[in-house]
Amino acid sequence: MSTLLAIGAGIAVLTGIGAGIGIGIATGKAAEAIARQPEADGKISKALLLGCALAEATAIYGFVIALLVILFLK
Amino acid sequence: MVCGKTKIKEWKGGIIIENLSEELMEELTVETSFTIPIFGGIAVAESVVATWGIMAVLLVASLVLTRNLQVRNLSKKQRILEVGVDWLYRFFEDIMGSHGRRYIPYLSAVAIYLAIANLIGLIGIKPPTKDLGVTAGLALMSIILIEYAGIHEKGVKNWLKGFAEPIPIIAPITVLEVFIKPLSLCMRLFGNVLGAFVVMELIKIIVPIIVPVPFSFYFDIFDGLIQAYVFVFLTSLFIREMVE
Repeated sequence: MSTLLAIGAGIAVLTGIGAGIGIGIATGKAAEAIARQPEADGKISKALLLGCALAEATAIYGFVIALLVILFLK
Repeated sequence: MVCGKTKIKEWKGGIIIENLSEELMEELTVETSFTIPIFGGIAVAESVVATWGIMAVLLVASLVLTRNLQVRNLSKKQRILEVGVDWLYRFFEDIMGSHGRRYIPYLSAVAIYLAIANLIGLIGIKPPTKDLGVTAGLALMSIILIEYAGIHEKGVKNWLKGFAEPIPIIAPITVLEVFIKPLSLCMRLFGNVLGAFVVMELIKIIVPIIVPVPFSFYFDIFDGLIQAYVFVFLTSLFIREMVE
């Protein structure tokens, strides 16, 4: 039973893949944008932070589900 | 022989998962620090007491720091204070525009409170933001402020009309957004703080010395501050959406 729970929690945390890819792409583009226009630094990093926060939310939801799986299904 | 081995393995895994889930449950449950003996006993949670402590510190700090403010001959203290307040005002005004100026004191207060609440774990007090009730309350206050900003700016009629923009057919989704916004604000803060805590605990179990220090810098300090920033940033962004 606990093995199954561990597998289930692991699958739930796989949402992190999407968040990781998303944040990676966003940061890469932001670095490119800053290289092209260093004076727009502030605005770019603000937009980047917002995008990262939104992308990261999916990973957090996965994490919360994993927690729920471990805590309430045992 | 083989069968016995796998059994032992499974059993060990079970123990670890069991311990972990017990520990997590302990962290998730909000301990009652004391009970007010009226109306059949009002339980006061630990996070509330921690919040009171932070409030007291902030109150005293703001009273002490704003004493003897002068127009000329600025003291060092006043200069630092002015730079800080100016930074906060410029940061929020950049996002919300001049229409959102009246919400800046609240947002600054939430930002400072969250920053302290997320860092308070460093001195051994349980962060109040690890309590789902605290983050839910903050998110609820945020959504009320956001909708109030919309009503204040446009009037009730136009505010209601705003739900049917740009086309009436998406009205259910925009109404749903009123509930999704605070839910995601609340879950983001709670999940991040709790997630950072769980990861730190796991690292401490695996390597108890030296290694946790750099991770602690990231998870305890950097992540906490970023989450405080993101919370007020998103709230002010939603406010701008409403007042524009």
